[in-house]
Amino acid sequence: MSIKFKAEKVDVFYNEKQAINNISLNIEKNMITALIGPSGCGKSTFLRCLNRMNDVIDSCKITGNILLDNEDIYGPNIDPVDLRARVGMVFQKPNPFPKTIFENIAYGPRIHGLASNNKELREIVFNSLEKAGLIDEVKDRLDDQATGLSGGQQQRVCIARAIAVSPEVILMDEPCSALDPIATAKIEELMNEISQSYTIVIVTHSMQQAARVSKKTAFFHLGELIEYGDTDKIFTKPKNQKTLDYITGRFG
Amino acid sequence: MSNLKKRKRVEARLKIYGVASITVALLMLATLLISISLNGYSAFRQAYFKISIPVDMSQFATENGSLSSKKLNLYDWDGLVNQSFNSIFPDITKRNDKRKLFQIISSNSGYDLKQIVKNSEYSIGQKNMVVWLPLSDDADQYLKGRFNIKVPEEDRRLNDKQIIWIDTLVAKDIAKLKFNKTFFTAADSREPESAGILGAVVGSSLTLFVTILFALPLAVMASIYLEYFARPGRITDFIEVNINNLAAVPSIVFGLLGLSVFLSTFGLPRSAPLVGGLVLGLMTLPTIIIASRTSIRSIPPSIREAALGLGASQLQTALHHVLPLATPGILTGTIIGMARALGETAPLLMIGMVAFIMEVPNSFTSASTVMPVQIFMWSDSAERAFYERSSLAILFLVGFLIFMNLIAVILRKKFEKKW
Ligand SMILES: Nc1ncnc2c1ncn2[C@@H]1O[C@H](COP(=O)(O)OP(=O)(O)OP(=O)(O)O)[C@@H](O)[C@H]1O
Ligand SMILES: [Mg+2]
Repeated sequence: MSIKFKAEKVDVFYNEKQAINNISLNIEKNMITALIGPSGCGKSTFLRCLNRMNDVIDSCKITGNILLDNEDIYGPNIDPVDLRARVGMVFQKPNPFPKTIFENIAYGPRIHGLASNNKELREIVFNSLEKAGLIDEVKDRLDDQATGLSGGQQQRVCIARAIAVSPEVILMDEPCSALDPIATAKIEELMNEISQSYTIVIVTHSMQQAARVSKKTAFFHLGELIEYGDTDKIFTKPKNQKTLDYITGRFG
Repeated sequence: MSNLKKRKRVEARLKIYGVASITVALLMLATLLISISLNGYSAFRQAYFKISIPVDMSQFATENGSLSSKKLNLYDWDGLVNQSFNSIFPDITKRNDKRKLFQIISSNSGYDLKQIVKNSEYSIGQKNMVVWLPLSDDADQYLKGRFNIKVPEEDRRLNDKQIIWIDTLVAKDIAKLKFNKTFFTAADSREPESAGILGAVVGSSLTLFVTILFALPLAVMASIYLEYFARPGRITDFIEVNINNLAAVPSIVFGLLGLSVFLSTFGLPRSAPLVGGLVLGLMTLPTIIIASRTSIRSIPPSIREAALGLGASQLQTALHHVLPLATPGILTGTIIGMARALGETAPLLMIGMVAFIMEVPNSFTSASTVMPVQIFMWSDSAERAFYERSSLAILFLVGFLIFMNLIAVILRKKFEKKW
């Protein structure tokens, strides 16, 4: 297994407040990694370091190294704009653009010049919707407003939108927290299908979800990485008492 | 139970207060509009007299048979009109009476006749023409029933004889009120019957065009910078405080600034829509910036994150997603700013736009006036006929404002997105 992301001694501060404390973590390629932990422990913060989404927050300072394919993503040669095309993101709340479904998905390929003509663009859009498992539901209404879809459908539009720019990594921050169990099941199925070709990092509050979809799990607590390993091990024989307490619901 | 009753009573009372204040506001507005309309509607018509003028057109012909404007300009049209008018009253021969007689027709009627000849297709062979020319403003007011005859004769602008002459004209059916086309096609004039609003309307339009062209792009770019690129800190705070302060600066200060910067330093022409537009642009800039920033800030951050997360640059995010969504708010702010600029006189006085200008401006640098200044100048004139014209001009100004607001509403509807 090759390593996609290598985080070394990462500290993150919001002004004076430390949100991430000395985290080192390797994320493997073409695999689903879950980040779990109680609220406020820094999961989102860590996730957003991986595609430099924290750059837009002025108070946020990051130290340490994060390597993507052995290249420091905070290094001088990396343009955060290019990086975010390689490392896509799906947010907790579905956030489609207030445009048509087609325009939502076509936007990324368009700004990155991935399609040389309209036919290719349509192909990308259809492929992405297909991969996101949405094509049957929306193929007749691509020109409808994406904001008129149901929450679950909107979230899958967002996933299709992220897939459309052919990223290497997809970061997902609680992608199912606003969805019902059926929509959640669809998205989990979708993650399973695409995990062969994409590296996925998912933040989740659902122990079951982490157990169902991920190969590896990292447990965060108060900004520190408490335990990281194969999901089976973490959920059956955790080494750390805190992990055990958390997964058995004794605190959270 | 009594608590519920009490609450309902309070609610009912509040509702009555609300309805009452709206009624009062509407009544005031209605009073204003009605009184202005009553004063102004008569300016839609102007008293004209019909006259047959013997003139041998062949004397203006050039060698190739067309009209020579040089010859036309040299001709004594005033004398011709007076002479012809005199022939309607052949028994008036004394110098003094003649002078009184000519006072009831417009002193510009010679000029008007020349314009009619220039612009019409009277053929060279023609020896006589029949035209309608304006009566003087006093005769006009008399025909409109706005002349008080009970005032002693020596205090009146028309004496008894003149009134009898006018009555004679009316009785012969050669003097009557007709549609006042001049008001809509001319610029200012010393004589009310020759004065029009077009010069001021064109002046206002040119000025506002400069204002919007100058203020809107600057304001939008400034807002994007402040919202998206400026790092919070002393300098940003300083800029922010100053923008808010500028919005509250009295408008005359901007006029002084325009006078010293645009006129003295850069040497731009006085009284020009270009300078007026720039001054009003500076004045409305803070208003538009504040509205734009509020509007940009109200776009949910999730949209911005979505675009950034796809690898869009800050600029692409702003241009493709934030600005289109913020457009309705920006437009509202702009229209409010423009409406204020349209009604503004004080700063324009400083840069000389209060001048008396008889020509409709035809460029951004030609001397011109604007509607509120025109209204101000007319309402300051002694002639009663200017008073009704200034009321009609006010109605025009209000109409202009309503038109602008209508455009704003339409644009807003067009750009509004449903979430
Ligand atoms: N923009 C910010 N400015 C200041 N502090 C922040 C900011 N974002 C997060 N924090 C702080 O950083 C810490 C970690 O936050 P983070 O959002 O990463 O937690 P989380 O693990 O994702 O929590 P949750 O499960 O509730 O989403 C929290 O204490 C939070 O208050
Ligand atoms: Mg979070």
